Amino acid sequence: MKTLTYPYTEAQVRALVLGEPVAVSGLVFTGRDRLHKFLHEGGASPVELRDGALYHCGPVVVPAADGTWRVVAAGPTTSVREEPYQAGIIARHGVRVVIGKGGMGAATREACQRHGCVYLQVVGGAAVSLADRIRRVRQVHFLETFGATEALWEFEVSGLPAVVAMDAHGHSLYEEVTAASRRELSRLLARQEAGGRW
Amino acid sequence: MTDGWSQTLLELIRRTSCDLPQDVTTTLQARLAAEAPGSRAQATLQTVLENAALARQRHAPLCQDTGALTFFWHLPYGTRTDHLEHAASQAVAEATRCGWLRRNTLEARTGQSFDTNVAVGAPVHHFEQADCPDVTVWLLQKGGGCENMSTQFSLPDETIPAGRDWPGVRACLLQAVWQSQGYGCAPGILGVCIGADRAEGYLVAKQQLLRPLTDQAPEPEVAALEARVLREANELGIGPMGLAGATTLLGVKIAVRPRVPASFFVTVAYMCWACRRRGVRAGAADGTVCEWVG
Repeated sequence: MKTLTYPYTEAQVRALVLGEPVAVSGLVFTGRDRLHKFLHEGGASPVELRDGALYHCGPVVVPAADGTWRVVAAGPTTSVREEPYQAGIIARHGVRVVIGKGGMGAATREACQRHGCVYLQVVGGAAVSLADRIRRVRQVHFLETFGATEALWEFEVSGLPAVVAMDAHGHSLYEEVTAASRRELSRLLARQEAGGRW
Repeated sequence: MTDGWSQTLLELIRRTSCDLPQDVTTTLQARLAAEAPGSRAQATLQTVLENAALARQRHAPLCQDTGALTFFWHLPYGTRTDHLEHAASQAVAEATRCGWLRRNTLEARTGQSFDTNVAVGAPVHHFEQADCPDVTVWLLQKGGGCENMSTQFSLPDETIPAGRDWPGVRACLLQAVWQSQGYGCAPGILGVCIGADRAEGYLVAKQQLLRPLTDQAPEPEVAALEARVLREANELGIGPMGLAGATTLLGVKIAVRPRVPASFFVTVAYMCWACRRRGVRAGAADGTVCEWVG
């Protein structure tokens, strides 16, 4: 399995092949609805997003007695809600890696191709397994304004397991599956013996 | 938090959040064999099962989206509900402090977090009274990703197309699965209500998610529809997390309710694989546990 290490370079990202498993190691920033809207409206990022990874994740974190944070659960949230904002953020901030689940739309796919970015899927709901790959919480931003779930957390991760679901060459696994399942749906709905009864 | 009911409900939350029901685990294990060896789908299901085992062992929430909390109460006739609601609020706040619940409750307009997860309208309670000696309370924790995939059809619907008949309902359910793709964390479970009005339809559909995957609807024709939609949805090839495969659904649970002549709603509550539902039967007075269910 390939490993992507921070800082994530355009060369690293362009070399990834659609569908291949990959492990992410290094710095990852969480960001979800509040952060995306904030950046989209021109808000200043408190961290350098260039060559960075943005993880669509709102973790469960518990403050420890020594002032550090313990990450209990940290799986992905549904990425497509950020579709109106993501392409612009990739273009403006130079994000190299977007991590989430469920996939994103055509605008993000095109932005990945144009600017050299990749969308990785991690397994939705696998929150404890994924939290295990977080070695350290470096810092948290917007804790007061966005709340703990929507805040921007700086995680140091090691071997975060993911799949290349949208590559930097204009391909998307989701578009393939959506189209293939649409054909199956049409076939099922057209079945002559479809008529059951009450 | 010394009140007996608070303690019982705190443990109910812990079990619900951290311990995937056995029937769901068993079904996921069975579906592993249905996926091609070495496939992405099989690897995804393996990760899901490993995560469930870790969460159970560590008392950690198996998904970070610990969901909207909905309590379904079955009470002996005449039981007062105010102290039960109060105990639930205490338990929710404590479970949040313990890290079994995420800070997951926002003021709708401003997005400000209610950090205890307690507010007017949260958690949600539904009370029913019956001729029974003890209280049975079920908790459903449904995350936002799958809740966003829940939907309601009004038949006839020419866009599918779906008429006011058995094939029409089947078409709606397959359409609901297709449009959910992997967004709601497939493999999912469908809770379905045929009939009712819009509000009741969503409630009854959600209540079906409390049924074990192993049961079937009492009416033979409805049970047949459940089995058929489950089989056909898995032919769609959407697969675990929407990255292709043979496992798109784990179960279909349908209920039928009366409707008015002008309306024919088919309501779908889409639940993710992390189907967090647990129940407990306890003494009405002090919440002493009689039996854990689900």
